[in-house]
Amino acid sequence: MNITEKILAKASGKKIVHPGEIIDANVDMVMTHDLTGPLAVEAFKKIGSQKVWDNKKIVVILDHQVPAESVKAAELHKTMRDFAKDQKLTIYDVGRGGVCHQVMPEKGHVTPGTVIVGSDSHTCTYGAFGSFATGIGSTEAAAVMATGKIWFKVPPTIKLDIKGKFKNHVYPKDLILNIIGNLGVDGAIYRAAEFTGPTIKAMSIAGRMTLCNMAVEMGAKNGIIAPDQTTTDFLVNRIKKMPNIDKLQSDPDAEYERTVEFDVSKLEPQIACPSSVDNVKPISEIGNIPINQAFIGSCTNGRLEDLQIAAQIIKGKKIKDNVRALIIPASQEVWSQANNEGLLKIFTDAGAIVCGSACGPCLGGHIGLLAAGETCVASSNRNFIGRMGSTQANVYLASPATVAASAIAGRIISPLEAKA
Amino acid sequence: MESKIKAKTIVFGNNIDTDVILPGKYLVIVDPYELGKHALESLDTDFVNKAKNGIVLIGGKNFGCGSSREQAPLALKYAGVKCVIAESFARIFYRNSINIGLPVIECKDISTTTKSGDTISVDLTTGKIQNQTNKQTLQGTTLPPFIMEILSDGGLIENLHKKMMNKP
Repeated sequence: MNITEKILAKASGKKIVHPGEIIDANVDMVMTHDLTGPLAVEAFKKIGSQKVWDNKKIVVILDHQVPAESVKAAELHKTMRDFAKDQKLTIYDVGRGGVCHQVMPEKGHVTPGTVIVGSDSHTCTYGAFGSFATGIGSTEAAAVMATGKIWFKVPPTIKLDIKGKFKNHVYPKDLILNIIGNLGVDGAIYRAAEFTGPTIKAMSIAGRMTLCNMAVEMGAKNGIIAPDQTTTDFLVNRIKKMPNIDKLQSDPDAEYERTVEFDVSKLEPQIACPSSVDNVKPISEIGNIPINQAFIGSCTNGRLEDLQIAAQIIKGKKIKDNVRALIIPASQEVWSQANNEGLLKIFTDAGAIVCGSACGPCLGGHIGLLAAGETCVASSNRNFIGRMGSTQANVYLASPATVAASAIAGRIISPLEAKA
Repeated sequence: MESKIKAKTIVFGNNIDTDVILPGKYLVIVDPYELGKHALESLDTDFVNKAKNGIVLIGGKNFGCGSSREQAPLALKYAGVKCVIAESFARIFYRNSINIGLPVIECKDISTTTKSGDTISVDLTTGKIQNQTNKQTLQGTTLPPFIMEILSDGGLIENLHKKMMNKP
């Protein structure tokens, strides 16, 4: 079996599972947040159960509309606080956590080999640690909170075999955009996407999270990377007990629906143009695109490594006139580390605004929305029509290095061009 | 929920994402009828008017991709959508629709053979789709019995509530 099948077999008490089989899985962890959580709370109350199935396995994180930007948002937050208090759940309130998918692994809620569901589509991020993690809706989250179980159809797995060494200024974000550009936004629909190969072995946790995070953008049920020493090094002081990761490797004879090979050694910086994540081109081919806003943050690329790369490019320079640059560290921990390293000062000195850890403009809820006719280059994950505000605005997706270089130039440029 | 549905159609293309079905700025709204007033407004400002008397929504590939927001199928349901038929669905949207009692059927070629305004009848039990305007019959997927039960109970919550109440 491959790693996804191994985890699902264990979770459903079976020796072996096959793609297409419907299983009833025990869930190890549930995550919910301020925008999908209130519906889940309402649904939970309607089910008629008094207590959640296991209060140690449910985490609430306020990150989307924080701090509350309206009375409505404040009411939603209150609903989640009250529910967490009543049911004795772990909650990361404003100022204590940050973007849910960064906070979950940082705070030790992600363990390799476990089944994690969250009422957010980017829950697949935790596959970077060798867990089976997938997004669900609010009603389903309520059902899991009541029962601890969920049905899954065991997905066929696509193996993405990655080799080669990245050129300077080319990053995992460029790779995942290139993969989505090749496979299409429904290229992995209903499938597991397993990232393997020497490039993955050499990749940092931050990079692996970027890859698994965007697996959903090609329709995947989950993205997954087998745990190794890099995983252990990140988790060892965060989780209670590190599982035996030898049992979480895909067997040599594991079955895959197909294998797609990528060589990153010649990859150039990539960009997803409006308004689809698979509308991907090398930046060298897009011509002159002036920007109004640059955004570095989100569950895709708001980690310390991303901010370090951006700060190297921005240091000592100024954000172009008429461009707003928003820097949003993905969590309080990232914010604090970036502050200690002097990165936040580099950004503010350049004329960027550093915001508190939250989802920011990524989903167009609050902070940094776009007007009609405006263009933003962002390190986030979606560029759909209306995603970041006006339906007449354009969103381009790229690496933090590209966003930083573009913020200085006032138009979309490759970080290679910035260095030239 | 009825297993037979008959209504006029509205046809959209491939990759209709949940941000265009219901933009992020409306996620603070709790009332489902209020959500319904904004369904698909980014693509068609008159959609809500067209849908209010009950329609079957047709999509191409990967319908409902993107965010896990259950408010997207909720908005469609409360705008008047009785059933969504698409060539394929993004998996979270598909599960969410079933869980809130909005029928979803996969059917190859549905978006290319159907025109907006055609009258369609759907039998959820057999998956048979009859276009009464162009007289074509297509076969959609049928759902496993446990999922049909969720739909016929009106959604996952009603289904679980029933099970809990029946426990000795």
